[in-house]
Amino acid sequence: MNYQVDSFAVGNRLLEPERRSVQSRTDRANSLTCGHRACRGCGEALGARYAVDAAMRASGGQLIVANATGCLEVFSTPFPESAWRPPWIHSLFGNAPAVASGIAAALKAKGRDDVRVLGQGGDGGTVDIGFGCLSGMFERGDDVLYVCYDNQAYMNTGVQRSGATPAAARTANTKPIGGHQGAEFGQGKDLPRIAMAHEIPYVATATVAEPRDLERKVERAMELRGARYLHVFVPCPLGWGSEPRDTIRVARLAKETGLFPVFEAERGELTGVSKIRRRAPVEEYLRTQQRFAHLFGDPPNRDAIARIQAIADRNIRRYGLLDGARDRASELDSGGGGSKSDAKEEGRP
Amino acid sequence: MLRQVEGSAAVAETVARCRPEVVCAYPISPQTHIVEGLSDLVRDGTLAPCEYVTVESEFAALSVCIGASAAGARAYTATASQGLLFMAEALYNASGLGLPIVMTVTNRAIGAPINIWNDHSDAMSQRDCGWVQLYAADNQEAVDLHMQAFRIAERLSLPVMVCMDGFVLTHAYERIDVPSAEQVDAFLPPFEPRQVLDPAAPVTIGALVGPEAFAEVRYLSHARQMQALEAIPDVADEFARVFDRPSGGLVHGYRADDAETVVVALGSVLGTIEEAVDAMREEGVRIGALAVKSFRPFPARTVRAALRRAKRVVVLERALAPGAGGVLSSDVRVALKEAPLDVHTVVAGLGGRPIGGESLRRLFADAGAGRLEPLTFLDLDRERVEAELGATALNGGSGTTVGSGA
Repeated sequence: MNYQVDSFAVGNRLLEPERRSVQSRTDRANSLTCGHRACRGCGEALGARYAVDAAMRASGGQLIVANATGCLEVFSTPFPESAWRPPWIHSLFGNAPAVASGIAAALKAKGRDDVRVLGQGGDGGTVDIGFGCLSGMFERGDDVLYVCYDNQAYMNTGVQRSGATPAAARTANTKPIGGHQGAEFGQGKDLPRIAMAHEIPYVATATVAEPRDLERKVERAMELRGARYLHVFVPCPLGWGSEPRDTIRVARLAKETGLFPVFEAERGELTGVSKIRRRAPVEEYLRTQQRFAHLFGDPPNRDAIARIQAIADRNIRRYGLLDGARDRASELDSGGGGSKSDAKEEGRP
Repeated sequence: MLRQVEGSAAVAETVARCRPEVVCAYPISPQTHIVEGLSDLVRDGTLAPCEYVTVESEFAALSVCIGASAAGARAYTATASQGLLFMAEALYNASGLGLPIVMTVTNRAIGAPINIWNDHSDAMSQRDCGWVQLYAADNQEAVDLHMQAFRIAERLSLPVMVCMDGFVLTHAYERIDVPSAEQVDAFLPPFEPRQVLDPAAPVTIGALVGPEAFAEVRYLSHARQMQALEAIPDVADEFARVFDRPSGGLVHGYRADDAETVVVALGSVLGTIEEAVDAMREEGVRIGALAVKSFRPFPARTVRAALRRAKRVVVLERALAPGAGGVLSSDVRVALKEAPLDVHTVVAGLGGRPIGGESLRRLFADAGAGRLEPLTFLDLDRERVEAELGATALNGGSGTTVGSGA
């Protein structure tokens, strides 16, 4: 397998039609269609397109979408235009899961079990302000697939820290000034694991670098009923200071370093892990983004880099991400972190 | 059929007969008996099809109703006090999206200091959220207004609050004519949503609106409220035809036509006011009362017409706008702007303080004799507040701190 053909390719019309990705099919829904106002290289636009198209396909086009406030809502629905082809509602920042629950309740009362519901939002709308509604949706088992597009900060308001912002990242309110090194270590929350603790039918993570994996997870989620959660890693070139052309590369590195573990779980039990294919040291990932540039000054902040490497290492151990993979990080490792790091283990991916 | 029944139970039964398809609520006193009653009716199959959703907050409760209503279901919730405030963001959203949700507000004070008893601070605080606000004077009217609320909401595609006084009405047992399913069905047709999330005809609801169209959208909100000034009496007239009793409408006058002093108020205190009016009429005092049934939209023209022969108006308010005074009386003053009338604001019954007939008669006598200030607090313990104001001046302490050891 490689990135050009087979399971990692988006397009690939060399494959038999039934083996093609949803995105490469001529009958894809184009749920988030052309004309929207996302930035160049926007990972969220890509993730939403992949996820909603896959859900549209899985539901036979019988889908209703509830969207939280945020970039995705703003860039897709400037009145009187809309880039959404499925029926779509935006209510508030913090209530998308509850609005989705309400739609599901209405459909249940009307006996419309053919129509499915997808809630979606960014990390701020999901892990922070919408968290209460999301947890309520989970524990009640409402028949909703909720998708979080995680770009690790409040991008729509100008890149402020969220509960999903990683340690050491520079945001508008975690600047590396006054002796600080970006966002604090030891903070933040791991929503996929919190979702698993609700023992809902399905929890999965994915990145926009592997659309086939993402599509397959949406399909699996749509085979099930009840509350389901998909957490998609979506780079934000504007907020992260990465090159728009690097969105896929950055997302791939997040997975290949172990910083963003890609897995799936059913009823609280891990059922599958996407192995690291060619392990990369976290430094390779961090260097793609200006939000970590302060770590690579003169002299570089070896301690912070080692602590980030320790987070990746812990994820690799926790999820068994490396079994059978080429360990490029160890090959390249020369004291810049890796398993030899003595930094204390950090509590989040 | 007339039955001796608790107000909350009667409202629950009536709401159930309005056939909501989604009921969603978070518990808060004194709303609980209503939604517990609905929960029972869903569980035993009396109310079906209906989804009863138990949520983690009032914000979620109204948000579930927003989703349900947008998906074409008749949706109902109930709350009070802090719960209504916790909903605030979603209240504006529901009206902005034009979703005809019906909600009971079992009026209760807002803290701090925390207080579970009745006044109108909660609903008043959401005066401008774009919902219709109807106030029940007694439990029969509370029952009747719920049926009317669904009609009004669905006719205008606008959410409606039915305000009933917490405990005073919700927990009171009265003889109430609880409508039968056949009666409600004859009055309330099935819900036909104006806009619905439907894969067969996809729409985008809740788009971002910029400066080029925002004012127009807000104007339409106002226009819909103004349309409610016609819809509310229409629906009340139709209700009277079907149920053979008057209920609801914009205002209700009581011995007010030839009155020199008219007392204006909202909600259950009207009963006490009417008793005081009767007692003073027997003494030859020309006094009457005007119940405002629809606080939003505010029926300014109707209020002005009803007060045109009065010499003075006493607005009895169960709410306070600190730093300004009355809430309802501001609207009454605007409605009467060209009339040469004295308008007095009386703040009364805050946090469940009983409003006694004797206090009212004394108050109204003072008004008739020209002894009433523009702003009065009924039965205020002057000594206590003066002492506290003195203490605050000395040490800057809070008026609600207990056991500070000062």
